[in-house]
Amino acid sequence: MMNYIWVGLVVIAVVVGGFTGNINAVLDNIFSFADVAVEIALGLIGIMAFFCGLMNVMDKAGLCEKLGKAISPVMRKLFPEVPADHPANSAMALYFAANILGIGNAATPFGLKAMQELQTLNPTKDIATNAQCMLMAISTTSITLIPVTAIGLRSAVQVEGAAEIIAPVIIATTISTIVGIVCTLIFQNFKGWKWENVIAAEIAAGTLEINEHYVGDNPIVLPEGYKSKNADDKVYL
Amino acid sequence: MTAILEAISIWSIPVLVACVSLYAIIKKVPVYSVFTEGAKDGFSTAVMIIPYLTAMLCGIGMFRASGCMDFVTDLLSPITGLIGCPGEVIPMMIMRSFSGGAAEGLMVDLLDQFGTQSQIGRIVSVGLGSTETTFYIVAVYFGSVGVSKTRHSIAAGLLGDLASFLAAVIIVNLMWF
Repeated sequence: MMNYIWVGLVVIAVVVGGFTGNINAVLDNIFSFADVAVEIALGLIGIMAFFCGLMNVMDKAGLCEKLGKAISPVMRKLFPEVPADHPANSAMALYFAANILGIGNAATPFGLKAMQELQTLNPTKDIATNAQCMLMAISTTSITLIPVTAIGLRSAVQVEGAAEIIAPVIIATTISTIVGIVCTLIFQNFKGWKWENVIAAEIAAGTLEINEHYVGDNPIVLPEGYKSKNADDKVYL
Repeated sequence: MTAILEAISIWSIPVLVACVSLYAIIKKVPVYSVFTEGAKDGFSTAVMIIPYLTAMLCGIGMFRASGCMDFVTDLLSPITGLIGCPGEVIPMMIMRSFSGGAAEGLMVDLLDQFGTQSQIGRIVSVGLGSTETTFYIVAVYFGSVGVSKTRHSIAAGLLGDLASFLAAVIIVNLMWF
C-alpha cells in the first residue's frame, strides 16, 4: 500500500515537474525536505523524552490499574458477552487506561493481551466476535487526554502554543469514539455482518474453522459430517 | 467558551505533571530515577521516526514542488469549503487512516508552510491527535490472534475517523476563526 503511494508521489512529481518546468524546484525539495525531516525528529527528542518519563512515573505509581478499575463498570456495558470474571476484563481495562493516559508504548502489549483474552471467547478461529470488533472500534478512534505525538510535532516546529490543541482534541476524540461505538452497535446487526449470519454463511461455504482453545460455554455446534475445506487442504498437502 | 477550552489546554499538562509526581512520591516511587529511565524511550521513539519522516517528507516535497499538490487542493477546496475547511488538509486526513508516518509527514509539511497557529495548522493537529491509524491497528491486533474476517471493524473505524475530522474542523473554526 505505502509502496504504491510513495512511488506514485515521486513519479508523478518528476513527470509533472518536467512538463511544468518545475523540475528544479523538485530537485531542491528533495534536499531541503530531507533536512526538515531530521530537524523535526531532533526537535521531537526532548518533548518525547519528557512525556515518556512522565508516563513511566504514571505506570510505576499504579495509576493505570486505578484508572482501569474506575472504568470497569462502563466496560461491562460495552462488552456484554465477556463474563465478569474473565481475564479479558482486566487486560482491556489496563489497555484503555494506558490509552487515556497517553502511554502509547505501554498500551500496545496490554492491547495485544486483551485481544488474545477475547480470542479465548471466540468460538471460531478467524472470525471477529462482537467484543473484538468493539475493542477495535475504541482503539481505532483513539481515547486520549494528551495527544503526545501531535503536541511533540507542533513544538518541534514552534514551541509557542504547541499545547493549545489539547482541549479540542479531547472533544474531537470523544465524538469520534462515540461515533465508532454507535456504528459498531448498529453494524453488528446488519444482515451481512451479523454474527449468526456470518457463521451460517461460513458453514454453508464449508470455510468455518472451530477455535480449539475456546473456553466459553456456547460453542458452535457443527452440522453432522461437516468438514472444513481448509482442513482437507492440510491433509492433502 | 474559547477561554475555558484554552485554559484546559494550558493547565492540563502542568497540573498532570504536578499531580502525578506528588501521587507517585506518596506511593514511594523513586520519581526522579523512574522518570529518567522512561525518558530514554523518548530518544529512541524520536530517532525511530527519522527514516519514515524523511521518506514521506521528500516524497511530499517533490510532489508539492511539481505543482501537483496545488492542483489537488484547488480541486478539493470548493467541496471542503462548504464545511469551512481549507482543501490543503484533505490529503493528510485521508492518509490518517492508512499510515501514521505519512500523516505525520503531511502534517509537518503543513505546519512548516502555514504555521502551527494557522487555521490549517490547528485543524490538522486536532485531526491527527484525535484518532488512530485504523488500518494499522486492525491489522496488528487482529493479525496477532489470526482473525482475518474482521466484519464491520474497518467500516466503524473509518466512520470514526470521518467524525474526528469533521469535529476537528468545526471545533477549530468555532474556537478561533
